[in-house]
Amino acid sequence: MLLNIKDLHVSINGKEILKGLNLGVNNGEVHAIMGPNGTGKSTLAAAITGREGYDITSGEIIYKGKGITELSPDVRANEGIFLSFQYPVEIPGVSITNFMRTALNSKREFEGQPPIPAGEFLKKMEEKKKLVDIQSKLTNRSVNEGFSGGEKKKNEIFQMAMLEPKLAILDETDSGLDIDALKVVANGVNALRSENNAFVVITHYQRLLDYIVPDFVHVMYDGRIVKSGGKGLALELEEKGYDWIKEQVENR
Amino acid sequence: MMNESKNSYLPLELSLLDHYKDKKDVLYNSCHPKVKKVREAGIQEFEEKRLPISTSEKWRSTNLRKSYEHEYLIGEDKPIFDKQINEIFKCNVHGFDTNVFSLLNGWYYNSDEQQLQTLDDGVIVGSIIAAQKKYPELIDRYFDELANKSEHGLSAINSALFSDGIFIYVPDNVVSKKAIQLIKMVNRDTNTMINSRNLIVLGKNSSLSFLHCDDSINQHSGFLVTNTEVFLGDNAKLDLYKLQNLNDQTTLVNTTFVKQEVNSQLNVNVLTFNGGTIRNEFNIELAGEGAHADLSGIYLMDKKQHIDNQIMIKHMAPNCTSNEMFKGVLDESASAVFNGYIYVARDAQKTLAFQKNANILMTSDATIDTMPFLEIYADDVKCSHGATVGQLDNDAMFYLMQRGIPESDAKLLLMYAFATEVTGKIGIEALKISIDDMVKKRLRGDLSICDKCVLHCSTPDTPIEFEIDLSKI
Repeated sequence: MLLNIKDLHVSINGKEILKGLNLGVNNGEVHAIMGPNGTGKSTLAAAITGREGYDITSGEIIYKGKGITELSPDVRANEGIFLSFQYPVEIPGVSITNFMRTALNSKREFEGQPPIPAGEFLKKMEEKKKLVDIQSKLTNRSVNEGFSGGEKKKNEIFQMAMLEPKLAILDETDSGLDIDALKVVANGVNALRSENNAFVVITHYQRLLDYIVPDFVHVMYDGRIVKSGGKGLALELEEKGYDWIKEQVENR
Repeated sequence: MMNESKNSYLPLELSLLDHYKDKKDVLYNSCHPKVKKVREAGIQEFEEKRLPISTSEKWRSTNLRKSYEHEYLIGEDKPIFDKQINEIFKCNVHGFDTNVFSLLNGWYYNSDEQQLQTLDDGVIVGSIIAAQKKYPELIDRYFDELANKSEHGLSAINSALFSDGIFIYVPDNVVSKKAIQLIKMVNRDTNTMINSRNLIVLGKNSSLSFLHCDDSINQHSGFLVTNTEVFLGDNAKLDLYKLQNLNDQTTLVNTTFVKQEVNSQLNVNVLTFNGGTIRNEFNIELAGEGAHADLSGIYLMDKKQHIDNQIMIKHMAPNCTSNEMFKGVLDESASAVFNGYIYVARDAQKTLAFQKNANILMTSDATIDTMPFLEIYADDVKCSHGATVGQLDNDAMFYLMQRGIPESDAKLLLMYAFATEVTGKIGIEALKISIDDMVKKRLRGDLSICDKCVLHCSTPDTPIEFEIDLSKI
């Protein structure tokens, strides 16, 4: 199993957000995580990637057979965990090109490889830009600075393509996207899917799942996964909303 | 009573007064009558004002007392010119072609015949001492016309004791093709105090790029006091770069006075990489309608270093604009002061004046004292000021680390990005690239005085070269 989360409890400032979450993800799988606002979906992403301020009070995150909760975010990233941010951060003064070269070379150094030769790097940039339909000018600009919502999300998928993660977590990648941008992003993700990686797609709406078809759909409510099923579950949620799930949980 | 007050002089004050007494017949009387008068007035003013100490409001946050405690060799007889400049200094920055001039131990360093030169494009450059003889009318017209407004004793003593300095005259309608670079070198095996005085005059419709390098010395204590007067005629344009890379024992007090006429343009970039205590004072008078002053600076300090930028901009005429942006990264126990003062006279309608000071404190021991001040007497103006003090952005740090970049590199990248808003304003592309590299090296801790800095002053027998091109390292 690539990712195995067991009975995970996570608190922010002493307030418990995740209350015993279990999730198993194998290579080659796409898992969708759905659920109403404030149920802890983004907290799950933060806990897996090691964001400061998210205290794991109990439980385990096993990735590639090892517990990772003590590892710093950069080590987790270099082990192959990637987060497509819900709100990508603007970093004025750092060009995407410089950023990606630094990131890629950090990964290579982590793996004991020499830095990527300039020619090879530029070729890779060109190739991956095409994947998400990024105009060449974007890469000379500062990271996310002045980007539209769509450009930011495309840029996240572009970075994912550059870094070729084993486990990619897409946090509300569909939010703020028009249908054309959504298709571009989904096509990018689909092109990267393989037997050797896995995706966790966090989304509010079923819409994205028309384009990135999941193998499993999980519903989160109040810090736990309360229902799991196949892709049909997403359609059911779209039709019936989340209230029936809430009722089921509360009547339990 | 007289005796008692005499006793209360600081040792450095006494040695400065003694020095003047000893040297005035030899050095200070044999000059242009106006300069002689300025020297006499300077010593008198010094006796009244004395060395600035932190009880005075403008020096509250910059305490020079430690600098006053050293014993310095004050001034020195003129060094013998026995090497060509290109033998001791070679600039290796790609595509950065400058006319290089130097001051060695405070003296203009060139052959006797070359104390003043007229360059191909008509620009006159040389020693301010030599200029007094050759261009007395320019001295009459410009010398000390601005510096006389100085408010403290260090400026006064500079007027009294300055040994030499650079003189630049750009005649009307002359557009200087090559940047002029002034390298100030101190090569003494003892603690030295140097007073230098520069005069830069740009005629109507002229332009010049001037790079003023206050560069490192050896590891001896230095006390460098520089007064620079700048006159910009109608439509004149000056790009002024100040590069400061001094050792931790050196104190630099650097005062620049500028008077700008109609539609003149001033761009200043102050790049402070290292130095024990550095104070940069700018007094800028926008005297002619439509004049524009753009001042930016970056300071990257650590250890117990101290940097103080005092910017005074006086809007005296309508439709002038001024723009200030100073940014700093302070690590360890470093401290900084930013004092931005904007004055808008009653007649200076349609003034636009903006000011920004942003700081990153890397530790809880680092301090910044930032004080914006606006004094506005006109009613149709747009002025703004903003100061920020913060740490590195946690969201950005996490974003970078999530992409696999280790914490130390992520910090470096963000600090570098923070600085680029200032370095990006450098108009000479080759210089911008070199300064960018210097910023990276400084932030990484690779830029150390004497080993890797601009000058190899610690080994004066080997050629001094720029070594700030990262692509070659």
